[in-house]
Amino acid sequence: MTSLAFFVLLLACVVGYWINRRGAQAIRADGQRLHSLASYHGLFSALMILVPVLTLILLWLVLQGPVIDRLTMAALPEGALDGLDSGGLQLVLAEIKSISRGQIFGTPEDWKIAAAEHHVALKARSSALMLGAVIALAAAIMLFARSRVGAEFRARQGVERIVSGLMIFCSTVAIFTTVGIVAALVFETGKFLSLVPLREFLFGLNWEPQIPIREDQIAASGAFGWVPVMLGTLVITVVALTFAVPVGLLSAIYLNEFAPQRLRSVAKPILEILAGVPTVVYGFFAILVVAPAIRSLGTSLGIDVSPNTALAAGSVMGVMLIPFISSFADDALSAVPRALRDGALALGATRAETMLNVLFPAALPGIVGGILLAVSRAIGETMIVVMAAGLIAKLTVNPLDSVTTVTVQIVTLLIGDTSFDNPKTLAAFALGMMLFLVTLVINIFALRIVRKYREAYD
Amino acid sequence: MNDMTKFDRFVGLNETKISAQGVNVFYGDTHAVKDVSVEIAERAVTAFIGPSGCGKSTFLRCLNRMNDTIDGARVEGQIHLDGEDIYDPKVDPVQLRAKVGMVFQKPNPFPKSIYDNVAYGPRIHGLARNKADLDEIVEKSLRRAAIWDEVKDRLDAPGTGLSGGQQQRLCIARAVATEPEVLLMDEPCSALDPIATAQVEELIDELKRNVSVVIVTHSMQQAARVSQKTAFFHLGTLVEYGDTGQIFTNPKDPRTEAYITGRIG
Ligand SMILES: Nc1ncnc2c1ncn2[C@@H]1O[C@H](COP(=O)(O)OP(=O)(O)OP(=O)(O)O)[C@@H](O)[C@H]1O
Ligand SMILES: [Mg+2]
Repeated sequence: MTSLAFFVLLLACVVGYWINRRGAQAIRADGQRLHSLASYHGLFSALMILVPVLTLILLWLVLQGPVIDRLTMAALPEGALDGLDSGGLQLVLAEIKSISRGQIFGTPEDWKIAAAEHHVALKARSSALMLGAVIALAAAIMLFARSRVGAEFRARQGVERIVSGLMIFCSTVAIFTTVGIVAALVFETGKFLSLVPLREFLFGLNWEPQIPIREDQIAASGAFGWVPVMLGTLVITVVALTFAVPVGLLSAIYLNEFAPQRLRSVAKPILEILAGVPTVVYGFFAILVVAPAIRSLGTSLGIDVSPNTALAAGSVMGVMLIPFISSFADDALSAVPRALRDGALALGATRAETMLNVLFPAALPGIVGGILLAVSRAIGETMIVVMAAGLIAKLTVNPLDSVTTVTVQIVTLLIGDTSFDNPKTLAAFALGMMLFLVTLVINIFALRIVRKYREAYD
Repeated sequence: MNDMTKFDRFVGLNETKISAQGVNVFYGDTHAVKDVSVEIAERAVTAFIGPSGCGKSTFLRCLNRMNDTIDGARVEGQIHLDGEDIYDPKVDPVQLRAKVGMVFQKPNPFPKSIYDNVAYGPRIHGLARNKADLDEIVEKSLRRAAIWDEVKDRLDAPGTGLSGGQQQRLCIARAVATEPEVLLMDEPCSALDPIATAQVEELIDELKRNVSVVIVTHSMQQAARVSQKTAFFHLGTLVEYGDTGQIFTNPKDPRTEAYITGRIG
């Protein structure tokens, strides 16, 4: 039935298009000048039908479920639902629905079978009604659109208005999704802050979210200061950038200015492969190769190294960021006009001087923008640190110690037994909110720099 | 045309600064410059004229090896500067370019301050002993390029913020500041108004006292006004090369005559 409705819609659009176009062509055949091309008259009709009828079908499909459920429950015999709470009511409804689909377990009461039959009948009636409504609406619009056809009618502007409306709708979908995500975060964070004071969260130096989640559990009372967790994120980010920025920049400079064409054509794709490695795989690399190597190097030097170190997670994350920074820097360097390079070379500058004094400064805003984007990636990176960094929040900046990060804590807080009304779970949202804010600020910063860089040569 | 005859007297006195023998340039499969041989005189102005796309800029770039920086460009033949082969593997193109300066067809100031633009060459070549020295070089160069009065109050402003004609004169100042022995100028006046053009021509005239200037121009009048020698290029070949007076009054090749009288181009 639903597919029939869609078919009717399609048919109506095609017929509407055809009728209007014929109408317009007939006017032109009479020797009048049309304001819009005949095909615009056709399109006008098709779009006029498409948008409202499609909306009708979709709304109907969304709303018919709840409405039919209500009607089914309302038609149940007196007393059948006595003494049931909302969970019980849902169970009854689910049973009726499964009976109506022919899935019968045990021997249901007669009134349930009757209700199931009623449910089926309601559904059939709803489908038929929908089809009727679709046909009626499509026909009405088609007639209306046909009546508009005339030499003076501005069908092209009409079509353009509808199309631009559709485009506005599509672009607002993305905005509304973002707003929805932020709203959810803000809402849950608000709940968290009603349980844990903001001051304690922002300035507390202890992060021990191990609190009882059921009355009968025994655990400490918990502490929710985000400082050590954020510090862990910062330590790992700094370690990652210490590896990624010099290596990424120098490789970009080399590839862009000094590498022979042949090497460049091999090295660039390899760097891009590096960018395509899933972060889980980097995580393996960190725990299986890098962490043990750092540990054994540390013991041979007589330094105490914990099994999970910020250094291991950070350096592997740095490797992940190398292609990111390198390709950003490469793009920025390539965007510097050739004429500038020639100008410096013609003054007798060496290639190194040209790079250092002219190309690099000219590309710097773009490069900085790329680095800031890499920072926000490092802060948000989850998989590598879940696998290779620790779980215990320590207030330390020692990269040989184990630290935990905001993302790791969010993951650990939300896996396993959770209920969404205790501070432990809600803390994840508060952390997510802070992460969101920090990366937002960095991204705004990065975008502004990138924009400034765009203006440099225009 | 009167000026021209005035300069003619000097031509015979000058020795050869650059001598090119059988130069061919290829961009991939395109044969852009075909078997060009030219002797460029010391302390004189040589003009390259010819229709668009005939290889003037390409040949000019051979003289300071700027074609090296273009992927796929290949230069054949011999070019000697003061008797030394500039394409010899022993020659460092960086030192060559310090001696052979260049002003490009399109102005290309660095995105730095006006001061730093001009000071760049002297800085990398260590021409100034101290800040006062450098200041003096910058001022002198800007004056010679006839732009000092326009920018003296905003030497810290970015060079890219100037108008097109001002940028071109800034680039001329930048090239002059390194005190080159040869200055290659690729249509230096194409973005300039008549007043600035006259000033640049005055500069060229003055430079001629100790520098060899090679200028590419689309203006016959300019070539006639400033140069002592003129080379006419057509479709990648050097059609005719001789004293400016002779080229403009008594061309030997019918193509040269057709071009300077405006029939081809
Ligand atoms: N970088 C390049 N790559 C490939 N071909 C080029 C390149 N530069 C120039 N050419 C070709 O070489 C020929 C000569 O170009 P060139 O720039 O020397 O001409 P021109 O005489 O300076 O012209 P104009 O007066 O318009 O500046 C042209 O056919 C051009 O298409
Ligand atoms: Mg040119």
